[in-house]
Amino acid sequence: MFHRESGYFNTTYKADMALYPLPIAKFAIAAILVLFFVVAPYFLDEYYLSIINLVAIAIVGALGLNILVGYTGQISIGHAAFMSVGAYTAANLATKLDLPFWLTLPAGGAMAAFIGILVGIPSLRIKGLYLAIATLAAQFIIEWVINHTPTISGGVAASIEMPPPEFLGKELVNQAELYYFLMVIMVIALVGAMNLIRSRIGRSFIAIRDQEIAAEIIGINVFKTKLIAFAVSSFYAGVCGVMYTYYLGIANYENFQLITSIDYLAMVIIGGLGSILGSILGAIFITMLPIVIRLLMETFGSIFVDDAALAQVIAQFRLIIFGGLIIVFLVVEPDGLAKLWQNIRNYFRFWPFSY
Amino acid sequence: MTDTAGSGGSVKLKLDGVAKNFGGVRAVSGVSAEVKEGEIFSIIGPNGAGKTTILNMTSGFYHPDEGSINFEGTDISQTLPSKIASLGISRTFQNIALFRGLTVLENLMLGRHVLMKTGVLAAFAYWGPAQREEVEHRERVEEIIDFLKLTDLRKTPAGALAYGLQKRVELGRALASEPRLLLLDEPMAGMNQEEKEDMVRYVLDVNQEWGTTIALIEHDMGVVMDISDHVMVMDMGERISFGTPDEVRGDPRVIEAYLGTTDHKEVA
Repeated sequence: MFHRESGYFNTTYKADMALYPLPIAKFAIAAILVLFFVVAPYFLDEYYLSIINLVAIAIVGALGLNILVGYTGQISIGHAAFMSVGAYTAANLATKLDLPFWLTLPAGGAMAAFIGILVGIPSLRIKGLYLAIATLAAQFIIEWVINHTPTISGGVAASIEMPPPEFLGKELVNQAELYYFLMVIMVIALVGAMNLIRSRIGRSFIAIRDQEIAAEIIGINVFKTKLIAFAVSSFYAGVCGVMYTYYLGIANYENFQLITSIDYLAMVIIGGLGSILGSILGAIFITMLPIVIRLLMETFGSIFVDDAALAQVIAQFRLIIFGGLIIVFLVVEPDGLAKLWQNIRNYFRFWPFSY
Repeated sequence: MTDTAGSGGSVKLKLDGVAKNFGGVRAVSGVSAEVKEGEIFSIIGPNGAGKTTILNMTSGFYHPDEGSINFEGTDISQTLPSKIASLGISRTFQNIALFRGLTVLENLMLGRHVLMKTGVLAAFAYWGPAQREEVEHRERVEEIIDFLKLTDLRKTPAGALAYGLQKRVELGRALASEPRLLLLDEPMAGMNQEEKEDMVRYVLDVNQEWGTTIALIEHDMGVVMDISDHVMVMDMGERISFGTPDEVRGDPRVIEAYLGTTDHKEVA
């Protein structure tokens, strides 16, 4: 439609290798940035901003998992455990040592990456389903250790209250103030992931996914590269955990249990494996779905059931629709929302002519 | 074609009594050979003769049970494949092993993996040295793309290409690492006459223009006899003949291995 690709000729490889070589894409990105950084916070109230905050946090986590599952082809069911590592690391540093967010964020990520490497060294020697079980074990072991070590988990309830992040002497207490904070971190994580994928490291990840034997023959140290992927993925998970902790104001293991790991797997699968856009769409989809379902049920639900039963129905219905939609998506478009978007774009690329 | 580049050159690759067993099967037994600098060296033989096993051992994929493999004076018989690539050996596969999800360009860039240095943090920022490195290597890759006439396909996913083109891309990926020894496992298998002629021309060009030593496995006798400086014939895991194409062609043991009798004068 408006997305015309012909007529632009890059004269240097540098220009051709830019993230967005086409002017139209550059405008689109600028427009999206303006929309989210200028327009949205001005017009939306705190409730909607808090939803966007949740999505931004989920995007960071989904990017991390997609680097591992989608790009490197190694499955992990322990993603949430690495988030909890980041969350508790940051919470402890912030409460005990009074460290600011620009130290707790990378520290939480680094700690998660370190634990990720510890888990990865034995686990990444095995593949497929076996790796899935090994990471599942990691999920439970990490959860148990945090839960049973009061010095990490902060006592009986295993939760630590997190002081709000401070920026230029101002405490970011409400969702509107946290909005910029979380969005900026998300954008940095996003651009970083895109850069990683288009460079030497990212290519070696994909090489391992596509053809492990050939990857080794062309000089990629497969085990080391898998470990790097695991560490990067865990780093993202850790940062995601820290973001979530700042968002909630509390670090609590209950937010990082197996079901969260599954949610993130659902994000990357529904969004699209091996796609940055897929991570974003999947994160939006999975985060928004329960909210949208609740909203619809509250609006139209009373037509079918009386108000007393409604509260109960909503909780059950959410699960049914959630499960149903995942199955539908996997059948209709196994390559995820990103592929769906691509199909739509390809259709309009030549519109109104079909070829 | 005999004795032009091959003779008198220093030894590039030296197999010395190499043997390999798989369970009870003796795939290769006591094979010795020398590949000279700058030559085209062919390995031929019936199916199951152990040709690919030799190549797999040279690229570090298997390690020989006995004997040694020497590349430019270094013993590589126990070296890991990823290390061997950085020593200057690259190869293609009998069954194409491209990274199907990546474009032709990215496949070739991956070929230069061992020559690049960018680490995780630099890649994350993609700033300064990391970007310069990408562009520098892109320029070299573009030369290979030009050479192999893949210009219009550079942004096509490798998996979407026709068979013959995939073979060519795989050759490109092997060339991208600027190898001093190139191993080709049946580079012309399954190709039609035209594609074969193209491939032969590329192989000869690589050998003559860049001086790359080439060791290849091929079943097309016409091709092998035309382009090789030396030919090694294998059967049942053993080397049964070695020499220039003419010498090999007349060797009664070769004829026996291929045809089962000694009545014939020529290998078809």
